[in-house]
Amino acid sequence: MLFWQILIDGFAISSLYALGATGFTLIFGVTGVLNLSHGAIMVAAAVAAWAASGNFGAGAYVAAIFGIVVALLLALATYYLIVRRLQLSRAVREEEKEIFILTATLLWGIMIQEAIAYLFTNNAKTVLPIVDGVITILGVRTPANEIFTALVCWAAIGGLWLFVNRTLAGKAVLAASMNPRGVALLGIELATVYVGVWAIYGALAGVAGVLLGMFLGVSSYSAGPLTASAFSIVVLGGLGSVSGSLIAAYVVGYLETLTAYLISPAYRAIPALLLLVAVMYVRPRGLLGRR
Amino acid sequence: MAPYETAAARSATLRGALGAASAALALAITQPAWAQDSAPIKIGVIAEAQAVAGSSIPQAAQIAADEINAKGGVDGRKIEIVSYDNHSSSAESVRAFQRAVNEDHVNAVIGSYISEVVLALEPWAGRLKTVFITPGAASDVITQNIAKDYEHNKYTFHGYLTSGALAGLVCDAAKDMLVDGLKMKTAVIMSEDAAWTGPLDAGYEVCLPKIGLKVLDHIRFSPDTTDFTPIFNKIEGQKPDVIITGISHVGTQPTVQWKSQQVPIPMFGISSQATNSTFWKDTNGATEGVIYQGVSGPGVAVTPKTLPFVDAFAKKFGNMPSYAGYTAYDDVYIIVDAIKRAGSLDSDKLVDAMEKTDTVGTIGRIQFLPKGDPHVHGLKTGPGLITGLMLQWQDGKQVNMWPAALANGKLEFPSFVKIASGR
Repeated sequence: MLFWQILIDGFAISSLYALGATGFTLIFGVTGVLNLSHGAIMVAAAVAAWAASGNFGAGAYVAAIFGIVVALLLALATYYLIVRRLQLSRAVREEEKEIFILTATLLWGIMIQEAIAYLFTNNAKTVLPIVDGVITILGVRTPANEIFTALVCWAAIGGLWLFVNRTLAGKAVLAASMNPRGVALLGIELATVYVGVWAIYGALAGVAGVLLGMFLGVSSYSAGPLTASAFSIVVLGGLGSVSGSLIAAYVVGYLETLTAYLISPAYRAIPALLLLVAVMYVRPRGLLGRR
Repeated sequence: MAPYETAAARSATLRGALGAASAALALAITQPAWAQDSAPIKIGVIAEAQAVAGSSIPQAAQIAADEINAKGGVDGRKIEIVSYDNHSSSAESVRAFQRAVNEDHVNAVIGSYISEVVLALEPWAGRLKTVFITPGAASDVITQNIAKDYEHNKYTFHGYLTSGALAGLVCDAAKDMLVDGLKMKTAVIMSEDAAWTGPLDAGYEVCLPKIGLKVLDHIRFSPDTTDFTPIFNKIEGQKPDVIITGISHVGTQPTVQWKSQQVPIPMFGISSQATNSTFWKDTNGATEGVIYQGVSGPGVAVTPKTLPFVDAFAKKFGNMPSYAGYTAYDDVYIIVDAIKRAGSLDSDKLVDAMEKTDTVGTIGRIQFLPKGDPHVHGLKTGPGLITGLMLQWQDGKQVNMWPAALANGKLEFPSFVKIASGR
């Protein structure tokens, strides 16, 4: 019984981590940007969905879509207002741009977080669930929403895989992550690829944020820990490696669930962080990292 | 108002003795002292403007000040509320306290619903000799510190219930409602790991067995827990009749997951966020059936002052006050009442007058525990003073269940909750 419980609960939370980390690693792999406003964008999506249903009476689907659209717009704003400006800037030295962009996205995330706290208070909020009720699987009473969360996460990740591997536009994205100059030589506008990737990222972060809001609930405080968790999953999996991130998400998700069940919920996050430190020592490029 | 007369007299002597230039200087130096006779009495309010519980604190204090000012203030002097947002941070609160006292020259401070913040401010109230009262923190350590070093810490007052007192009130209600009413026998305590829950849990451990509820387990979890599935599964495995809660920093998340997971055990106890009128919306109605301790509730006339305050608050701010709103409103009256009786703004005289407080507030009759008590400057509780309430969320409304004399509804649970007596 306990075994099945850990297996099922761990799967749902890991899938959510996987989706959250996928967008984060995609942006890094293709555009080289570590977007530290990631958690804030996820929170914004969830709070927008909450506000749409709570304040304007939207249904669960409309609210969820509204949340995703808000995340998409914020991701594009992150690109146009923060990242692009710094990339084109003549005032910042070329070799320092990376650290400037890193800092700028961190500050941008804090701005979003503070704005949410100011407008909607820092109390935790939950998004209206799309599916209600519970289903008993192998004797474990599981909220239907938990299963829905895992399914949507995998549908989104699967959709991304199909896009990257089966469409021309997707192949351009993949190529840009390997050799940006080569892509440009083939006559593909790199800027267009980047905008597209940021839009995809926004949608993925939005879906992850809305699902998180339905499953666990979020508050403006969650922004920092969400960025940190995506960051550590991506580092554990290997920077820029999507499949590495997926594996790392499940390692972290199950390690946390096992700890919560078998040791104490109070120590939930600790073993995963210890593992991360250990991997940094033994295999600094992460599980499937290429560099 | 003796101190100001002395100051004015001193400045008159100076003016006589010195030339015109130094007279102007002396005037500038002594101006604050005698100008205070008509200057407003300032009360600093340091609170968590972004948190629902904290945001009511300055708002409620302002309502009390407006009411007092509309009736002419204190001997013709207006009450002015100076508020500071502490962003829920102890460090920012300490800076705000220093600024309030040293730069804005407030006469007393009302501050915070977070025990950690209040514990950080307590020594500063002593160092800067400024009367400080918290409308919402619950840690027993606040009053224990006063008992330990009365001369230094006597400027701090605890305007809300200590955790130990809260545990006692929850047990009083549990005896009537759960043990006698629903024939329950066992409980699991579920509380967040924070300064305020230490004495609360200790109180629960002692008083629950006394009223006839056997404690099967005691789960403390980190306040940044997001996934409560393992916690609820563990509790369910122990088959208690009720979950006794001690939660404040968290609230929405455990409540929503309690419902989505359909945990068949009712939740009863302290759930500070459930006292907020927005809690229904924040949880999308998952709070249906949750029973929580409160000092006030919509439509519950705890004292004749309660409902007029709620009406005034709702009219001005469009929502209901949080629990700390009621006490913050009372705190302004307590301070003003003490200033009137002391006839002075001197902090030591104010402390003496505050200790003799005996007034009816919005949550009951307010008296502070005397010097010598281990919880000196804490509120006295019990019948005829403050008994608290036990409310349940029902169909979007907070309905009072206990004490029976103030009840305005009957217990109702969502269908997934199985009540022990029916098992």
